[in-house]
Amino acid sequence: MNTTRIRTIVEKEWAEVFKNRLVIVTVAALPLLFAFLPLVVLGTTAGTMSSAGDVTDLPPSFLKACGALPPFECMQVYILNQFLVLYMMMPLIIPTSIAAYSIVGEKTTRSLEPLLATPITTEELLIAKGLAAALPAIAATWGSFLLFALLAPLVGATAGVSAAIFSPTWLTAVFLIGPLMAVLSVNFAVMVSSRVTDPRAAEQIAGVLVVPLMALIFGQIAGLFVINFTLMLSVAVVLAVIDAGAIYLGAQVFQREAILTKWK
Amino acid sequence: MIEADGLTKVFPGEAKGTTVTAVDNLALSVEEGEVFGFLGPNGAGKTTTVRMLCALIGPTAGRAAINGYTVGQNDQAIRASVGILTESPGMYDRLSAERNLLIFARLYGVPDPAGQARKYLQLFGLWERRGDPAGSFSKGMRQKLAIARAMLHEPRVLFLDEPTSGLDPEAARLVRDAIEQLKGEGRTIFLCTHNLDEADRLCDRIAIFKTRLVTVDTPAALRRRLFGRQVVFHLGRVDGALAETVRALPFVQEVKALDTKLVVRLDEPDTQNPAIVRALVAAGADVQFVGELRRSLEDVYLQLIQTAP
Repeated sequence: MNTTRIRTIVEKEWAEVFKNRLVIVTVAALPLLFAFLPLVVLGTTAGTMSSAGDVTDLPPSFLKACGALPPFECMQVYILNQFLVLYMMMPLIIPTSIAAYSIVGEKTTRSLEPLLATPITTEELLIAKGLAAALPAIAATWGSFLLFALLAPLVGATAGVSAAIFSPTWLTAVFLIGPLMAVLSVNFAVMVSSRVTDPRAAEQIAGVLVVPLMALIFGQIAGLFVINFTLMLSVAVVLAVIDAGAIYLGAQVFQREAILTKWK
Repeated sequence: MIEADGLTKVFPGEAKGTTVTAVDNLALSVEEGEVFGFLGPNGAGKTTTVRMLCALIGPTAGRAAINGYTVGQNDQAIRASVGILTESPGMYDRLSAERNLLIFARLYGVPDPAGQARKYLQLFGLWERRGDPAGSFSKGMRQKLAIARAMLHEPRVLFLDEPTSGLDPEAARLVRDAIEQLKGEGRTIFLCTHNLDEADRLCDRIAIFKTRLVTVDTPAALRRRLFGRQVVFHLGRVDGALAETVRALPFVQEVKALDTKLVVRLDEPDTQNPAIVRALVAAGADVQFVGELRRSLEDVYLQLIQTAP
């Protein structure tokens, strides 16, 4: 494994991909939006939810999970938990944009063949492309989360709500599930990119990965389950297994001969 | 430098269970410093052959060795030791010309990437435009940049796949000059081209290929083999008697009368022409001009391709 070659490709990807306005908007705007959206909700609800009656609509299982938290703080944590899913969604969406433009873009400009003709191994190339797509997504997700978490007390988050934001549930979602989502996204984008010739099409097809995450939001609203540490840990384990399969399939698709002779 | 023996590539066909043979039992040997032309119609398997020889795809059967490295066993070493100009230049259009070369110099492990990039940008007259995005370059400039990219690691063997395809005459000339320059440096060049005039001018030997190897030889030998050597005698007038006079000479193989010309097929024009001129003058002909009829490589190519199985 030659790290110089990997670094060269990562730098090349960033130099090229970040000249694309659509990618810049995706990478920059999404984290800002996902940081400020929960802050706005937190700020507006802090002054309005003061009575215990507001929590009667919450799923009983969630009320139970709130433990000793005052009812309106429990309500805030419940609302914020919906945004937690956004932090898992972000590392899924951003790499898709970068990988789709990086792989399909190279495919359409036919610049992959000269690259494959160098001594770089396909593993190095796949790792480099994966890192180039995943690292900005992970950095943006973590940055967005930290921005949200640090600003939350300023818009009315109580100590109890802040503690919930820094709970193992959130930290597992952001710092463990986030990178796992990014890995899944990159490999899925590689697989999709091998079959399409338009980066937007690749992006849209890879967007299907968001669907299971939506199930988490609706599942909690419907009271089917509560987003807690156990659930997050279970998601991380399942995701790690899926990632292993995705990496294997991505590597199968991303072979010199397949790229040159089968990719259409 | 380049050796292939029984090299074969079979791809799965469009219909289930079918196969397509792109390259069938190719055997060739290219010497160091040779410019080797690889000619064939579209879909003949030229690009597949180049890809196999550059260790980009594996052969289905047979063996090939480049610079002493065997395809399928030392693929990374092969890719590190050859330069390739692919059918499409495939530059990173958003990046500058210099950045494009720096990326590849680093991938090839060149000790001084900036120095090598400068050397080849200057060599191909692109130094002044080094900061411009490759996407803003003309086709000819992009092609030269792609050749520069293939040269960065100073490979002794270069594979050039259709280097002047789609270029206007001026750009094509720039690229041909660049190839001449590389030839002058003693590099081994494997040149795939449709441009027969280009092949004729640049190549030491030519292979004509249509899934299978049809023939390999020097351009001159191919012409001789197919058409022999033909000499044109321009005369004031031509009649049957003059044609018969020439035909009567024992070494003459064939005589054709065309308007005011006699086209005579000979083995050794250098020694046989004077006797013909003497015979024609003795028969009362006015010999105005004598020259060898040079068949174009296109004639040779078409003859061989049309008769190939």
